[in-house]
Amino acid sequence: MEFFTISMLNGLSYGLLLFMLSSGLTLIFSMMGVLNFAHASFYMLGAYIAYTIARLVGFWPGLIIAPLVVGALGALFERVCLRRVHKFGHVPELLITFGLSFVIFELVVLTWGRIGVEFLPPESLRGSAFTIVNSSVSGLHLVAGAAPAAMCTATDPAVHIACSQFPATRAFMMLITLVMLLFLWLLLTRTRVGLVIQSALTHPEMVEALGHNVPRVFMLVFGAGTALAGLAGVIGGITFVTEPTMALAVGSVIFVVVVVGGMGSLAGAFVASLLIGVLQTFAVGSDASVLSLSRSLNFAVSPSLADFSLFKLTIAQVAPILPYLLLVLILIFRPKGLLGTREG
Amino acid sequence: MDLATPAAAPRSVSHPPARGRLLVWGGYALLLLVAPLVLPSNLERSVLTQIGIGIVACLSYNMLLGQGGMLSFGHAVYTGLGTFVAVHAMLGIADGSFPIPMSLVPLIGGIAGIFFAALFGYVTTKKAGTPFAMITLGIGELVAPMVLIIPEFFGGEGGISVNRTAGPSFLGLTYGPQIQVYYLIALYTFACTVAMFAFTRTPLGRMLNAVRDNPERVEFVGYSTQRVRYLSFIIAGFFAGISGGMYVVHFEIATPDVVGAARSGVYLLFTFLGGATFFFGPIIGAVLMVVGFALFSEVTKAWLLYLGLIFMLMVMYAPGGIASLIMMNARVAAHRKLHRLWGWYALLAATVIVMLAGLAAVIEMVYARQYGAVGETKARYLGMTLETTDVAPWAIAIVVALVGFALFELVRRRFATEWGRIQTEIEATMTSKEPS
Repeated sequence: MEFFTISMLNGLSYGLLLFMLSSGLTLIFSMMGVLNFAHASFYMLGAYIAYTIARLVGFWPGLIIAPLVVGALGALFERVCLRRVHKFGHVPELLITFGLSFVIFELVVLTWGRIGVEFLPPESLRGSAFTIVNSSVSGLHLVAGAAPAAMCTATDPAVHIACSQFPATRAFMMLITLVMLLFLWLLLTRTRVGLVIQSALTHPEMVEALGHNVPRVFMLVFGAGTALAGLAGVIGGITFVTEPTMALAVGSVIFVVVVVGGMGSLAGAFVASLLIGVLQTFAVGSDASVLSLSRSLNFAVSPSLADFSLFKLTIAQVAPILPYLLLVLILIFRPKGLLGTREG
Repeated sequence: MDLATPAAAPRSVSHPPARGRLLVWGGYALLLLVAPLVLPSNLERSVLTQIGIGIVACLSYNMLLGQGGMLSFGHAVYTGLGTFVAVHAMLGIADGSFPIPMSLVPLIGGIAGIFFAALFGYVTTKKAGTPFAMITLGIGELVAPMVLIIPEFFGGEGGISVNRTAGPSFLGLTYGPQIQVYYLIALYTFACTVAMFAFTRTPLGRMLNAVRDNPERVEFVGYSTQRVRYLSFIIAGFFAGISGGMYVVHFEIATPDVVGAARSGVYLLFTFLGGATFFFGPIIGAVLMVVGFALFSEVTKAWLLYLGLIFMLMVMYAPGGIASLIMMNARVAAHRKLHRLWGWYALLAATVIVMLAGLAAVIEMVYARQYGAVGETKARYLGMTLETTDVAPWAIAIVVALVGFALFELVRRRFATEWGRIQTEIEATMTSKEPS
């Protein structure tokens, strides 16, 4: 039970992080038709810039400044490069962001080195947010912070006690993302700027005719989307490892999120992010395989077959490819994506 | 080419006569034939062989990107799986269980390419444009880890090694000497190039261009855009697989990185740099690719950074790649106006060199600090030794780069005006020559 709860929370927090990334990606895509291949590179930049700021002035200023810097860089890229190739069509747009991801990777390696940096969470976020104590005598308990050692050790050998901790960084990740989401939702639905953005999504010519500067709106949306990626990077950086391959690790997963959720659908991206986050987290913790399944169903498995790696393969081992498998299945059975409205 | 009268010039450029085409293909064949004689060392011949492999890979990639407008991020899946199947064919040849001549191994790779392109292409080609790009990326990510998941077939992290000389010799070919391997691959390269060019002239190849340019209209005329994409994808997979098979004949090993995303990215990068809008563009790209990895990586550690920057500039300023630059200048030359541009080119080159000299100094100094030995503070650059702890080299380098950039921008704007004027003149002569 406590394993399930902790895994669920881990999965949800990872899913929320994915959504922070894919929301920016989806917003940019549905507005400009541009799939920002370098989105995960901005995520990585956020982590590295926050790392540098954290070493100079501390983590909390970095949490604010790094996303702003990344957003400014994103807006600059839109202004200087992307706007220029916009007239050539979607393929060159995709190509230039691909080129950017290449350049950012090389620049990060150049500036911060090929091996990862040690980006630690601040003192207040180390340790665990709460601990679930499962005792065979007194049942489940929730303890804030780390549970005292006395609670987790049983004096009586007949009593079985298990303690599962939930890291504070994960809780922080969920908190920030939810606040972020609320803010984004209010901005899009309750403000004038949000109204202009929403209308520019569907009727850019009309918005332009009414006197709004649509290219500037595009630039701001691109900047905001990359700033979100930067923020996700700061949180991802302290939770996972900050290294040059971190962009690669989430980059293709967020594309899967966008396709599975339905191209350009924010709600779809939300559902798909959580789905993939939970799916991957549970898969990593499971060691079931075809072999163990057939054994539990009492099928006789010949030794030579049992030795074949596909049969011994545990779900944990295939966890990295599960999102892509999901992608293929969705494309075959529901090409629009989960909540998508358009096919194409 | 016969350019006796200026009036005939534009025609001969847009429709090369049969004799001209024969000349081009003859020259290509001759180049493939004599190249190893001009460059006799083992390293040079190995580079030439790799160029042949790269040409087929890039041309097959361009079937999707240039001719079909399909941006694939997973082309290495088809070259790489071709490589792995070809490895098993070679193992079979070695132990006698699969008795075919070694010369046919690339074709086995090609057949594998067809099979996997038919399998995965069914999913990927359902979409076009951006979704297609993302799905190919997803398929690539799906296949790459398989190499480690199924070590029985893929050999795990170390890959599978084979020996191309192990089988019985066929027509006296043992493939021991590199020169035999080179000519085998040159033959395949030539045949594949001809076949892929011929494909562009078939009804399917033409429909593929139509699907790229105006899919709605294609649907109206009664074709299924999806089927056109699917069939073309399979054919591209065939040639990609041949390239993968050639790879294993040359390198005698199949490692996990042959199906990796990095390799797919490299195909995309260089096909685009060479020029996706012209048939011969990817050939230029493939030459650059192999020469780049073999030579530039020796000259500077930062070459991938330069490559990325050049790629971005190319997308912004010359989306047709090097091939389009050549063809645009050829058009100007055909109208005998090229002489007006030489001065501008010299000026542009000079400013670019100044800009790059400054920029490269900065990059090289950072690299020296980041990757040099511990305590090493000096960067070797253009025969100079720069002290990276001093402020002066950094300041000078940055100033040189900025001055170069300012001058370049100044010259570029003037050049753009002149270029536009020449293009207008050419358009004017062409419209006045057209029969009314």
